[in-house]
Order: sequence, then structure tokens, then C-alpha cells
Amino acid sequence: MQHIRAHVLVCGGTGCKSAGSGKVIENFKTELENKGLSDEVMVVETGCHGFCEHGPLVIVYPEGTFYCHVGPEDVKEIVETHLYKGRIVDRLLYREPMSLEAVPNYKDIGFYKKQERRVLANCGHINPEVIEEYIALGGYEGLAKALTTMTPDQVVEEVKKSGLRGRGGAGFPTGLKWSFAKASVNEKKYIICNADEGDPGAFMDRSVLEGDPHKILEGMAIAAYAIGSDEGYIYVRAEYPLAIKRLRVAIAQAEELGFLGSHIFGTDFSLQIHIKEGAGAFVCGEETALMASIEGRRGMPRPRPPFPAVAGLWGKPTNINNVETLANVPLILQKGADWYCTCGTEKSKGTKVFALTGKINNTGLAEVPMGITMREIIYDIGGGINNGKKFKAVQIGGPSGGCLPESMLDLPVDYDSLISAGAMMGSGGLVVMDEDTCMVDVARFFLNFTQSESCGKCTPCREGTKRMLEILTRITDGNGRDGDIELLEDMAGKIKDSALCGLGQTAPNPVLSTLKYFRHEYEAHIYEKRCPAKACGKLASYNITDACKGCGICIKVCPVKAITGDSKRKHVIDPIVCIKCGACMTACPFKAIVKG
Amino acid sequence: MKSLEDLKALREKLQADIKVRENSGTKIIVGMGTCGIAAGAREVMAAILDELAVRKLKNVQVQQTGCIGMCEKEVLVDVVRPGEPRITYGRVKPIDVKRIIAEHVINGRIIEDLVVGKIEGGEI
Repeated sequence: MQHIRAHVLVCGGTGCKSAGSGKVIENFKTELENKGLSDEVMVVETGCHGFCEHGPLVIVYPEGTFYCHVGPEDVKEIVETHLYKGRIVDRLLYREPMSLEAVPNYKDIGFYKKQERRVLANCGHINPEVIEEYIALGGYEGLAKALTTMTPDQVVEEVKKSGLRGRGGAGFPTGLKWSFAKASVNEKKYIICNADEGDPGAFMDRSVLEGDPHKILEGMAIAAYAIGSDEGYIYVRAEYPLAIKRLRVAIAQAEELGFLGSHIFGTDFSLQIHIKEGAGAFVCGEETALMASIEGRRGMPRPRPPFPAVAGLWGKPTNINNVETLANVPLILQKGADWYCTCGTEKSKGTKVFALTGKINNTGLAEVPMGITMREIIYDIGGGINNGKKFKAVQIGGPSGGCLPESMLDLPVDYDSLISAGAMMGSGGLVVMDEDTCMVDVARFFLNFTQSESCGKCTPCREGTKRMLEILTRITDGNGRDGDIELLEDMAGKIKDSALCGLGQTAPNPVLSTLKYFRHEYEAHIYEKRCPAKACGKLASYNITDACKGCGICIKVCPVKAITGDSKRKHVIDPIVCIKCGACMTACPFKAIVKG
Repeated sequence: MKSLEDLKALREKLQADIKVRENSGTKIIVGMGTCGIAAGAREVMAAILDELAVRKLKNVQVQQTGCIGMCEKEVLVDVVRPGEPRITYGRVKPIDVKRIIAEHVINGRIIEDLVVGKIEGGEI
């Protein structure tokens, strides 16, 4: 057998796949064959590295050279120059956005320097469809330790000691949650992994499921042992076909090697895991709606008590945890709660995975220790605001969360500090906004989402979000009325207090949070009929500048004949007739029309 | 899989396959510039990989480098054991490979008659 001297790791996460990494992998195999290097160089398809903005990503070991934006046509050069001749292909290296310096090594890239990759440690480094690679890096040791040397009580204690809190957003202490299900007395108990990940733009859980599925299986097994369950479900949204495929492969491989099934590690503990696909409803991320969905009923929440730990799936004691929460568990068992506590703040231990999206240079996934500041995340890891614009706010927690303005950037990120700032950790989606974003429109956007996802069962959410959305739409259309802000605040308070589930209870958050920090924007929209960010189309005024050559194209495209002007003379837009559609601005070949 | 020990044994066995990604252990660096390739570096590389496979050596990385300027002395092969100086062997032929691996890579003994140069500080 030949000695393999190099591994070429190509990212096969959904982001890079949609940018063509599948063809890149194929081309590597072909080119290596052509050059006679197939016996020396191994091509490995990995999960997501998190640096999604710069994909498709390729890392060549043993050097650890990091190549980005690799297209199928670049493969031949990499094989000839780097793998055959040993010379790095400079033009494909990553360049730091501010200094434009090339950084050849993975470890030295600014994006990764401030990260503490625990949950994401294996993502991008192993082939998720090969269980042996997971084992080689310490996989299933946590489970072995728990089953063969600890009692369920000791396992719960260890998790409590670690201070792990629910990563789905609410931050409830995980060890304590497990102890409730453990305390319930019943022959049958269930363990559920919530992989619905409904927040728009969030993909933390997807990357773990696609890149390191065994971590979740191991976490579920440890949790099942702790609470006394022998059957579990992973509820994955159907929009994640790759994650579902990788999970199925992982379950089959785990069962084959005896990590799942009966008498695991020769003990009395057995576990069978099923996969249940979601059907496109945000509300099914809420635990009681999720369980209803598994049972085959319509995904609608129910009042609690009884809590799932007492009576959950099919009335049996059930423990539900988020993907990221479960991904932390094997590490806690393998390396100990004391090790786990070495990072994080006093009340929020460990790390959090954030999805960086919006107007930022390095969009992607980053795992950071709790307590890092928002400024460090956005500037050091995120690379700052793109297109040279100014930072305005960052939305955390998706449709249930709130925004933080510039003045709050030095806030250390943890569960409690975010709540006192009027936001919340949420699942970890961060949307960065710049000076061109209208905060009223942001509130309207999120409310539009929660309104369409509202299951309709309770009146405060069903009617309340609809009315709040109507008011916000009127405001962004230029029809805001005196009293609208007070009405929004009043309704928000009432909906928060009386909605049946988390969707309704948190739907008003984006409105309250933007009102808290950007009230002046709402007032400008209502009293001055002006959008300070110049984003709201209906409030903009379109003007023709001196760059106009009188070509007449805008006159032709205007649907309401608002523009007049003679040939080769500067044209004019009538502001009263103008419906602010922007068609003229798009059509002008001389960029003579501006929005103001 | 019956116990933690069983799992640890399996892990030891499988770790070797991933070692390449850890960038540790002894490094053998082969000059692969045009001069090197013209002088027969590909054949030397193949001999190195064969020998490593036969001896089942796992904690050894094989890298390549470009032309360092000493074209007269190609094929150049560097050996760096962790913590030791980087030694450059010159005019290496495929039959010298077995000796380099047995004497230097495994036992740490520099082969005087093949040496061209030595870099202190052991840095890559």
C-alpha cells in the first residue's frame, strides 16, 4: 500500500457546494489521476469551515495551505504547481480585507484567530461520512466514559457543573433540564434533538449536522443515558437535504460499530434514533409544536404545564435539546466539566456559534468564547463593514431578538448581558446593518416573517402581529399617523404577555428594540414623511441631476408619465405624480437620476 | 466495542490515517523545482514513499519545495526531525533513500557523505 503524503480537503458544506465545490472535487480526482499522483494524494470531502464568503475552500495538508474561491478551472494549476512541484499558488490564497496581505496558513487567518472552535472543531477537518475519522479525533470517548464509568446521576452532575445552557436561544441550564426528565418515573422516555433551525439566515446547526453528525448522535446518546431513555428523534427541517443524508449515513455507521442499538459498550443501555423531517413551519421549532408534528398532528403549540419532562411526546417524559447544546455534551464528558469552564463568563460558560450575515466582509460561521465583545466579532472576525460603509446596528436573535447600535458594541456577549441590553442571544444569527438600512423596515421585515409563520391558534399572536404589521407597513409607505408609535408599544406589551408560545411572545421584540435605540427614525417617517436611511422606496424622492443628456429613456419607462423634457435637454420628474418605483433610476444609462 | 480501552485502541490505529493533517513529526522535504525534476526528483520521491509504506512509518510528513538555487547539487532532500537542525542531502539517488530513512529519519544519525548543508534552529 502506498504511503499517502498529502490530503486535499475540499469543503462540501452547502455553501461551498452551491458555489461549485462538487465539480472541484471531481476535477481533483481526475487531475491527480492524470498526473499519476492518485496513490500519494488523498482527496477528502469535508463539512463546512464557516468561512462561507470565500468558498469553495480547499486546504492542502501537511502544509495547511488555505486556498479560497477555488473554481473547477483552478484545480489543474493546484495539482501541477502545489501537489506536483510543491509551490504554493499565490493567487488563490486568502487576503486580509484591510491590509490585502496574503495569509497562506489556515491558523494565521484573522477570521480564525479569535475563535475557540470546540463544537466546530471537526467541521472542515474530517470527512463526515467516514466514522473512522470521527473516532480518530476522539469521537465516542465521552459516551464510552459515561456508560462504563459513570452513573446517570453522575452524568447529570457533570453537565450541571459545566454550566452548559441551552443554545437554542432561551439559555435554560441543560443539566437542570435533564434532571427533570430523569426524575419522572416511566418505562418509556424520549430524547429529542431540535434541528428545525427556523431563524432566517441562521445556519449554525446545519453546519454541525452536515460537517460532524456523529457529535450529535454521541450527545443524544449521553443525554438518553442520563435521563433513562432508549428511543430518540432528530427533528430536522426538510429544507436541509444534505444534513438529512449525512445523519442517515452516520446513524447507519454508528449502529454498525455498536455505538447505537442494543447493549452499547456491553452495558444495559440501548438507543434507537429516528429522523423526522419537518414540513416548512417556523413554529415547529417550538417544543410543543415540534412534538405535535412528530406525533403526526398539526404543528401547533399547547399550554405548559405539563412540561415535556413530565409529559411530552405521546404523553411520555421527554427531553428536548437544540443541536448546538447536544454538540457540547460529548466534549464535557470527554474532557470534563472543569475543562469546559475554562472559557466563558461567570454565568455563561463555554462558546457560542454565530452565523455572521448582512453587510459584513467575512460572512460565515464563527465560534467564539462567551464574553467576547460584539466589536471583536464584527471587526476582528467579521472583517468589518463591506463596501466601506459605516456600521449602524446588528440584529441578534433573529425574529425573536433585538438590535444593538454602535454604542453597545463593547458589550461582552453572554446570555444575561444581552437581555439587559434589550436583545437576546437567540440561536446565534447575527445580521449586520449599515448606514443604508432603515430600522423601521427591519422591524417590518421580521414582523412580516412572524406574521406569516404564526400558527393562528391564539388571538394575541394571530391578530396582534397582523395589526402591528399593518401599522409598520403604513409607516414605511409614508402613511404613518400620530399615535402609531404609542399604539405599537402598547400592543407589543400586551402580545408579549398573552401569546401562547415563544413565537408570539417574542414577535414584538424587533419592534421594541428598534424603538428603543432608533425612535428618531420612526418619528422621521411619521412626522416628516422621510426615511433617514433613504431606503424606503415610497418615501424617497427621485431627482434628475445635471448629468442628464436628455436621451428620453426614462420618459419611456416611467409607468405614470411623471417625467417631462425635450430631446437633449435636462429632464424633470414631477414629484406629485411620481410613485417612487425607481424604474427611471435603473434605466438611466448615465446614472443621472439619484434617490434622496 | 466493549469498553473505553477497546475504543482507545481503535483510535490509536485510526489516528495514523489522519496524521497528515496535523503538521507534526519528522519532515522530509524534496526539491521539486524544474532542476530537481530534471535530475530525477520524482523517482526519489517515489522511492521515499515506497520505503515509508514498507516500514509503515506514520509520523513522517513528506513535503516538496521549489528550486533553492543549488541546482548543481539536485536532487536535494532535506530531513528535519522535531527539535533537530535541518539537514540537506545532495545528489540523492533512489538507492540512497533506504539509507537516509533507516539512519537519519529513524535513528537520527546524519549521513556525512551525502550532506550538503545544515541549518540550525530547526525551523521550517
